[in-house]
Amino acid sequence: MVKLTKENSLNALVAMTLLVVPFIALAIDEPFYITLATRVAIFALAGVGLNLALGLGGLVSFGHAAFFGLGGYAAGILASHALNYEPIFTVPFEVNGTTEMLIIWLVAILVSGLAALFIGLFSLRTTGVYFIMITLAFAQMIYYFAISWPAYGGEDGLSIYVRNKFPGVNTLDPLSFFLIAFCVLMLAVLLVFVLKNSRFGAALQAARQNDERLSAVGIHPFNIRLTAFVVSAMITGLAGALYADLNRFVSPNMFSWHTSGEIMIFVILGGVGRMFGPIVGAALFILFEFVFGGLTEHWMLFLGLVLLVVVLFARGGLIGFITGKVRHE
Amino acid sequence: MTSALFIEQLLNGLQFGVMLFLMAAGLTLVFGVMGLINLAHGALYMVGAFACATVANFTGSFWLGLAASIVAAATAGAIVELVVIRRLYKRDHLDQVLATFALILIFSEGTRWVFGSFPLYLNVPDLLSGPVMLPGGIQYSLYRLAIIVIGGLVALGLYFLIAKTRLGIRIRAGESDREMIAALGVDIRLLYTIVFALGAALAGFAGALVGAIQSVQVGMGEPVLILAFVVIVIGGIGSIKGALVGAILVGIVDTMGRFLLPMFFQLFMENAQANSVGSALASMSIYILMALVLIFKPKGLFPAHG
Amino acid sequence: MSDENRVPVLRITNLYKSFGALKATDGVSLDLYEGEIHALIGPNGAGKSTLIKQISGDYPSDKGSIEFLGKDLAGLGVADRAQAGLGRTFQISSLALEFSALRNVMLAVQAKSGSSFRFFKPVMKDQALIDGAMAKLEQVGLESRADIPAAELSHGERRQLEIAIALALKPKAFLLDEPMAGMGPEGSVKLTRFLDKLRHKAPILLVEHDMDAVFALADRISVLVYGQVVATGSVEEIRNNPVVREAYLGTEVV
Repeated sequence: MVKLTKENSLNALVAMTLLVVPFIALAIDEPFYITLATRVAIFALAGVGLNLALGLGGLVSFGHAAFFGLGGYAAGILASHALNYEPIFTVPFEVNGTTEMLIIWLVAILVSGLAALFIGLFSLRTTGVYFIMITLAFAQMIYYFAISWPAYGGEDGLSIYVRNKFPGVNTLDPLSFFLIAFCVLMLAVLLVFVLKNSRFGAALQAARQNDERLSAVGIHPFNIRLTAFVVSAMITGLAGALYADLNRFVSPNMFSWHTSGEIMIFVILGGVGRMFGPIVGAALFILFEFVFGGLTEHWMLFLGLVLLVVVLFARGGLIGFITGKVRHE
Repeated sequence: MTSALFIEQLLNGLQFGVMLFLMAAGLTLVFGVMGLINLAHGALYMVGAFACATVANFTGSFWLGLAASIVAAATAGAIVELVVIRRLYKRDHLDQVLATFALILIFSEGTRWVFGSFPLYLNVPDLLSGPVMLPGGIQYSLYRLAIIVIGGLVALGLYFLIAKTRLGIRIRAGESDREMIAALGVDIRLLYTIVFALGAALAGFAGALVGAIQSVQVGMGEPVLILAFVVIVIGGIGSIKGALVGAILVGIVDTMGRFLLPMFFQLFMENAQANSVGSALASMSIYILMALVLIFKPKGLFPAHG
Repeated sequence: MSDENRVPVLRITNLYKSFGALKATDGVSLDLYEGEIHALIGPNGAGKSTLIKQISGDYPSDKGSIEFLGKDLAGLGVADRAQAGLGRTFQISSLALEFSALRNVMLAVQAKSGSSFRFFKPVMKDQALIDGAMAKLEQVGLESRADIPAAELSHGERRQLEIAIALALKPKAFLLDEPMAGMGPEGSVKLTRFLDKLRHKAPILLVEHDMDAVFALADRISVLVYGQVVATGSVEEIRNNPVVREAYLGTEVV
């Protein structure tokens, strides 16, 4: 069973807080806070995806914006075709757009997964700095493609005029949409938790610690890493689809390397490899943006300073700082 | 398509490659000697451009601005190395990426705070303005030609520095064996600061030179930084020679791709569509080049360490 | 031992590997038969480590062949060769340092018993994995340290853990790279006794500097000097071989 450690109590507290905030916001009639909480949940979901690759597998992907953006564009493109009643393509068979979230999610997950499979086949042959730079470069490639391809708005992005539908739920109600995002987030955290403890998770963590050892027992580190990378991308892609629905807008900025950096920040601020780290990290990020963004338009400067201090002096992130452990085992 | 246009584009590609080399040289040197991945290298490029534009607009002399760009970038580099970077040498790459990403945020927002969001403009110096007639009757921008020449001279100078001087010997020793060089009594901390400041100066210099043909604005270093990463991945991280070859390759492939691919697609598509397909593909061309190189040479064209 | 009619488990024929101008292995041939310990000795820099890495698949060979259980290993990587039944320990312990001793062994049991692409059942509830790993820890005498992270184990304990992992792979041949290194006299004696019995499970190619252990254990010894096998024979033959005495024993073991 799950033991009642300091970290588990903290995790429960974090999840409860995120869940309660929108209800309080509704009670005090401040719907903007519901949107903030939804952003936290979606950013955290993107981070949960990266955390699988980065935290458990030690794969420092600097290109997860690619998957976040692909998920977003999957949502945007499907919805815009559905609204214009134009098929997406007709050869060899006709495929139409849709405004059903469940189908959109499925497409977002598949597209991100396929992209990760392709990118992973190249990048996972390398390690260290090469891996970081190559993932970054592939994400930039997609970014420039999105900018220069005019069919879906190019540099200006693509608006989604109606929020997509979810069976039995009024998705236009901010609280309902938050609850959808929150549930997806919790399911993703659960999935990563289960994976972590499985045979696959054992091999993945061993690959991070010592891939020579993993090979010597007869397990191919490459296959393990590629699988983790693909699943990781799928989760982040799903977050992108939700983000598109939240904003009802997608733009090439979702692909930019700042986005990759920010997803990484969510993971780091909370604590690398910790199941709830990305939620804490995303919440801190949004809170920081909200508080300092209200005081000065140069809040990113302070974000940079905080990040620098965390990296230099508080390894293990906030959860590590509170529980006093550098890394969660 | 005329051959004059073709040669002009080829020269533009070469000029772009030379700029990329100035950026990539510092990156690859810092990685080769100190094992550090520095995302904030683009920020130093921006510092150089802002310093040059400010001083040139204030004094009216581009040349003073150019000198200021080198001094400002080297100083900023040295300070950053002393305060932040030297704490990162023994850290893993993840920490290096995050800390230098944080530096980008600090530099970008700091610069925006001081200079505002509007771009500054920097004029090409009178001495180098206007076109020049090349053999074969081709008109080409004198300033761009000068950049190619200056970049070539810097590459030569860098080669000389590393191959022939005491500092260069120490840098090469630092690449192959850190303990040994420390045992030889070389002040390794000072050496690292010098190498970092040297890389910064090259980046700042590049920023100033480009500032006169593009606008000087916050964030200008970032696209160049990522291209410089592609360059050193192609060339082999840590190799100056690889950086030079990679930079020229990337500069020419990118420029010629943008020029030729839309024309190519016009052969069998209507113009508007050909332009969009061509330019979209052109924007991806160097990444495809990188992927191809990595298939055959996973450590780049000139692997630096064994 | 080297009966001409028997088929060796491992047969290395004419193996070469150069690094630049340095010929690390220069035409090495040797074989390993069922039930034996074949010790590989030689001065530092003789090419022993290179040879082990060629066999394990870390280095591709420039020339020559490695046959294992009648199959050519050419083109197979480290993981493939481990799957094929080569159980190897490292000269410098190579472990998943954050994992406990038990989880290190469990990884090997997991690799041996079905796929690592199982995503849902928690390993710590997989009694077969735990029991299998625990049994190997008991065999090397580490059962009381099962829950200690590998990073916190002593040097000698890590060497034992390496052997427990190799055992868990149920290999068809062991490839042990200086297992005694840094073990201390008491540990070496224990390990010698252990290896003595282990040879009946699977033959051992043993690289070792501890000459007492080598002379006590080896059925055959091959001497590697400058990348070449200068002699192969029984303990007595090697002790009395003048070439070996000059090239190796005379200088290091008096």
